[in-house]
Amino acid sequence: MASPVLHVPVVIIGAGHAGLAVSARLAERSIEHVILERGEVANSWRSERRESLRLLTPNWQSRLPGMSYRGDDPDGYMAAPDVAEFITTYAAAISAPVRTHTTVTRVAVQDLRYVVQTDCGDWTCDGVVIASGASNVANVPAVASHVPASVEQVDALTYRSPSDLDDRAVLVVGASATGVQLADEISRSGRPVIIAVGEHVRLPRTYRGRDVFWWMDEVGVLDEAHDEIDDLVRARHVPSPQLIGTPEQRSIDLNALTDRGVEIVGRLVGISDGVAQFSGSLANVCTLADLKMNRLLQRFDEWAASEVVCSIDPPMRFAPTRVPDRARLDADFVADDIGTVVWATGYRPDYSWLDVPILDPKGRIRHVGGITEAPGLYVTGLNVLRRRRSSFIGGAVHDSDELGEHLVSYLVGTGAHA
Amino acid sequence: MTETTIPVDNGVNTDALLGAREQLSGAPEAAEFTWVANCSWVNGTFSQTTVDGFSGLGQEHRHRAPYTFDADHPECFASEDRGATPPEILLAALASCLTAGVASVAQHRQIQLRSVTATVEGKMNVLGILGADPDVRNGFNDVTVHFDIDAEASPEDIQALVAQSQKRSAVFDMVTNPTRVAVEVG
Repeated sequence: MASPVLHVPVVIIGAGHAGLAVSARLAERSIEHVILERGEVANSWRSERRESLRLLTPNWQSRLPGMSYRGDDPDGYMAAPDVAEFITTYAAAISAPVRTHTTVTRVAVQDLRYVVQTDCGDWTCDGVVIASGASNVANVPAVASHVPASVEQVDALTYRSPSDLDDRAVLVVGASATGVQLADEISRSGRPVIIAVGEHVRLPRTYRGRDVFWWMDEVGVLDEAHDEIDDLVRARHVPSPQLIGTPEQRSIDLNALTDRGVEIVGRLVGISDGVAQFSGSLANVCTLADLKMNRLLQRFDEWAASEVVCSIDPPMRFAPTRVPDRARLDADFVADDIGTVVWATGYRPDYSWLDVPILDPKGRIRHVGGITEAPGLYVTGLNVLRRRRSSFIGGAVHDSDELGEHLVSYLVGTGAHA
Repeated sequence: MTETTIPVDNGVNTDALLGAREQLSGAPEAAEFTWVANCSWVNGTFSQTTVDGFSGLGQEHRHRAPYTFDADHPECFASEDRGATPPEILLAALASCLTAGVASVAQHRQIQLRSVTATVEGKMNVLGILGADPDVRNGFNDVTVHFDIDAEASPEDIQALVAQSQKRSAVFDMVTNPTRVAVEVG
């Protein structure tokens, strides 16, 4: 016997920080809704994160509607279990209507409503908020199929710790936050590491004695809105900044990796006959990253000069990235004794269950600040969704408020919610 | 006191380029271009290559006139030196591609250029092409580009122009990254 189809004004897909923030906003506005969650609350933080992972943002920036960080280490960086606990505490505090272990299998339009099918019953609703995350699938490039069979491959979602790896050398592909962090910890485990570096974002952990996120917050970088950013597509897909959250607040740029003995090479551009080929553009991507970092520091300095800011150190500049004079252009998997390739090449969302035509040719949801072309259908929890801050947990505070308001207006307009 | 602002003009129509970027993002097929060169052997190592037609934006195009490149080897290679060597033509392509990029990026960033010159050097060990040493590659081991730019901008802004032009250069990409090449006969 088929289960009955239930109706609810709004279905939120995903009980992570973004979905729960929207839930709080709907509750504030007395909009009945349900959150469908494939696993537990904060599922990916519980089951899909490597052991060493910590947030890039300081604890005090982790806020959700009505809840701030209350621990005793505001300047620290949460580990994955701390994030899971933070989000779970929040879900309980707002009494979020979460249906756990409910996997959405299809969302479609039917009779001017949405139908949300799951592995335990179907729902109809007038509004849908997709909050299923930005990092469901690891982006592994097609060239991975040419890696010799004798070499293990792991991606940023399957990697857990260096101790799982073969003892031979490791090629880390990608120099985002994930790439440099993995290169660092694998190097510390004693394995030789080569890191392939394409375009990247270099940032110091602290500048003039303050966390770089303190600066970005104060100066207004994080509040730059999606319709104010010059190249939004680029801003949404730029690699995450080369940062790590450690108690000593150390920086983890390419110079720090070079000091550790990690070998820096250009972007991986091909694998042919057991030889990995690296781009000759390494010097330029490093120059671009140095210039961009210095423009940001200049902006911080100009802001600080026009404000009364207590207890900050004098302006300074970091040494330019040291690019090897003759960075090698290839590595032979056998001759260089490479046992593992770690793909730190980014993630993408999984929308295989979405049967509403709102995807662009690259499989991304077309949206303006989270509002899609399909009336009543929203997406949240993506990089630079409405502002730069959207990429981080604390960004959900404003995003959820604005999307919640838009959704309520829509429901009132359709008469679904009088 | 009044200040007259003279509009920045490097002779690049960036509005048209940005418009094209916007339109082509929505019509990926139209963005597919094919560039064509036709080469005829003349004598010895001397050949002439002509470019005329190409396709893109969903149609065929022609240059305003056919352009011809004479290529040969120098006299110290026992040739007649009736044109540039092919590697020199590659250096010319790299320099002109980066220079066009500098002008375009400068226009977009509202930087007036006064002069731009580039010197490109490619270092090659000819034991490779002579087949005398299998450990020596045929092509350049190192390519260096030196720009001298006079512009109404800070040294950092000029450095950023050059960096951005490398990032957007077709020839820089082809020189620094592998490209599949299929050669057929008949």
